[in-house]
Amino acid sequence: MKYQLEIQNITKSYGDLKANDDISLSIKPASIHALLGENGAGKSTLVKVIYGSLQADSGQMQWCGEGYSPKSPFEAREQGIAMVFQHFSLFESLTVAENIILGLDDIGLDTDFTEQIIKYSKQYGLDINPQQVVGDLSVGARQRVEIIRCLMQNPKLLIMDEPTSVLTPQEVTDLFITLRKLAEDGCAILYISHKLEEVRQLCSEATILRGGQLVQNCNPQDHNKQELAEMMIGKKLVQLARSNITTGQDIFSINNLSRKSEDMFGVDLHDISLTIKQGSIVGIAGVAGNGQDELMELLIGEVEAPADSLIFKGEDVGRLNPHQRRQLSMFFIPEERLGHGAVPDMGLHENMLLSRPQKSEMTNYGVINWQNVEKLTQQVIDDFKVQTQSSKMLAKSLSGGNLQKFMVGRELIQNPELLIVSQPTWGVDAGSENNIHQSLIALADQGSAILIISQDLDEILTLCEQVHVLSEGSLSAAVDMEDNGLEKISNLMVGSEKQ
Amino acid sequence: MIRLIPRTQPSKAMIFLSPLLALTLTAVTAFFIFVFILTDIEVSSVFYTLFVEPLIDTYYISELLVKAAPLIMIALGLSIGFRAGVWNIGAEGQYVIGGITGGAVGLYFYNVEGFWLIPLMSLAAILGGMFYAGIAAFLKTKYQVNEILVTLMLTYVAVLFLSAMLQGPMRNPSGFNFPESRPFHDSALLPIIWQGTRLNIGLIIAVILSFVTWFGIKRHLSGLQIKITGSAPRAAKFAGFDDKKTIWFALLISGGVAGLAGLFEVIGPAGQITPGLPQFYGFTAIIVAFMSRLHPIAIIFSALLIALTYLGGENVQIYYNLPSSITNIFQGMLLFYFLACDVLIQYKIVFFKTIRQKL
Repeated sequence: MKYQLEIQNITKSYGDLKANDDISLSIKPASIHALLGENGAGKSTLVKVIYGSLQADSGQMQWCGEGYSPKSPFEAREQGIAMVFQHFSLFESLTVAENIILGLDDIGLDTDFTEQIIKYSKQYGLDINPQQVVGDLSVGARQRVEIIRCLMQNPKLLIMDEPTSVLTPQEVTDLFITLRKLAEDGCAILYISHKLEEVRQLCSEATILRGGQLVQNCNPQDHNKQELAEMMIGKKLVQLARSNITTGQDIFSINNLSRKSEDMFGVDLHDISLTIKQGSIVGIAGVAGNGQDELMELLIGEVEAPADSLIFKGEDVGRLNPHQRRQLSMFFIPEERLGHGAVPDMGLHENMLLSRPQKSEMTNYGVINWQNVEKLTQQVIDDFKVQTQSSKMLAKSLSGGNLQKFMVGRELIQNPELLIVSQPTWGVDAGSENNIHQSLIALADQGSAILIISQDLDEILTLCEQVHVLSEGSLSAAVDMEDNGLEKISNLMVGSEKQ
Repeated sequence: MIRLIPRTQPSKAMIFLSPLLALTLTAVTAFFIFVFILTDIEVSSVFYTLFVEPLIDTYYISELLVKAAPLIMIALGLSIGFRAGVWNIGAEGQYVIGGITGGAVGLYFYNVEGFWLIPLMSLAAILGGMFYAGIAAFLKTKYQVNEILVTLMLTYVAVLFLSAMLQGPMRNPSGFNFPESRPFHDSALLPIIWQGTRLNIGLIIAVILSFVTWFGIKRHLSGLQIKITGSAPRAAKFAGFDDKKTIWFALLISGGVAGLAGLFEVIGPAGQITPGLPQFYGFTAIIVAFMSRLHPIAIIFSALLIALTYLGGENVQIYYNLPSSITNIFQGMLLFYFLACDVLIQYKIVFFKTIRQKL
């Protein structure tokens, strides 16, 4: 049979690192083909080779049976390959129609595309108003603009890079309908993801990469999630479960917390209330940009909170700075690793000192005892399996997963009574994710309370007993997970239901 | 074709080689400049006067150290601020104000002697410098006014203030109307540590301060606080460091030290307050600080190097009638090459045999 795209023995190196080592795969016409792998597995490199932004060192490609070696993305688009990137390239101040026109190669500006946009929009269920300004659109709607922009070129192959990482569950469902329809109409789709459940639902074929090498070409529906994950990371995963959920007294509460954002593009928080008991893990779900950053700033203490809005162990902590809060045994892990939770250009041992309790062997009247700091850093590295050459490696030289494990370890080693963590496994490989989740569960099993703010609904559902949803700066009440819990969360995330 | 490729790790060898390379390049460039502008003088003898003579004569060596001391002190204070991303450009102004306030105390006690006099004057100088830099700190923390502008502009105010004081209240009553203060008496002058020269105890204090600063940066939380605030402000907030306190701290320290350096000039080599007090030390110290990569011990060496360009520059002015801007040219070239060569610590040069086809 004739393949849409055949890739044979592609190899691409950066210096000593083989990002793609002898990779072959074949995409059938009108199929949805998954490209699975962890960060650093070589997915991006392979896609860049296909899309012409990189040239392979060796190997061939065939497009519709003919030799294909694009020198630039422009050539790839001419052949009928389109790509939706993870990070959109849209002009916020322009309308949808203007953005779409700008994205097209070789077209006069006076042509009116509105009708064509509406046609595609109807045909594939891509709900969009061409006259709307992109700046006002949600992330999901922006993605739809990008997809339409691609469709205008009548592609034969559409590459989607991690498309669901920013979407709500409802938007994901809608996207899948669109993608299936596209495939039916003859457009093959290369779907890049590390979310296994999605791939199993959507794709009939999958190529799994690990460390730049091809692990397997298979049908994802023949394997369960666990098997796929283990193929992806190359080792066994630990099953996650809380051994004993014994919750104690209320330890932390947020009471009617409201705050107007000082940032023009910030989100105002309205009347947020929440209570956490000892030994419980509470999750705040929601799409990014609905007030998570603003809430986290208040919880860490980087911004002062109004009186009596944050109560920890009976004490008003709203006016305390982060360091003072740590003395009461509140610890934090922010979402952003480089530049917020860690200083990129400093060694791990120096970063260790960002979060320190008052009475610690690390400092004495402000004088740093580097020996002890290094000892403690080494302990974190050992206990939390951080892969690094030494405790003095610069934070920026670690991979995302390893740095995250270090940051989690740095806080956990203090045995926090309350841990507040935002996006604990954002951009982290599946193996590290599994490790981090285990550590969090172990901490809660000891009787500590944990508050997790996360966009990753799977993560929240795996770890948390109590789930709230943050939408447009308002926090829902705890969602009753019995009886269609997922659907309720989904509705709350898009703000269509208030509980 | 030549390209810069980031190194995976900073090159240890380059950390030491880069200053040597910079010096070589400066010398080579200077050679060509001299060949170009000097037609009837031997270039090698100019070089000799510039760089060698100040190093073989005891008088010149002592003068070298005299000039290095204020540069070390001011650069130390500035380097702390620069690490924190606080850009105090007006150390010259704080230096002048320190000279005035410290000197004022000395003049007030012009007929009283005592061991307590110099400490008291030093305190007044430090407070004067702190106050002057504090204006910038206040405006920055309260109204987000850029400290670069405030400190720089206040320098001109300070210089005018100095001249007003010397025309008025501080003028020597028996000084034939010259705009100069009374000369200080012996107990208000810094003790000489090398008899027969002008070298005073200020150098020792400068070196001690270098080591104190080095300890603070390496071993104290406040050093870490400054470093983090400078390189990752959000992480500093996360750690619970107050960024406003850091701004105050950086400006007060650099202002205080600059003020003290101003006093040491007044009660050291000058012996009285004169309109010649501002000698660009405050600006030159910026070069010193950056040439040393803000390292407190390295500041001693870069201050000596810059002091050498001062002396050598004066010499060639005298012997060869060359313009005084020779000194500035050298200082500028040194800084330029030092910064440029430091790129090689993080990057390596790769030569391509073929020119890559552009996409």
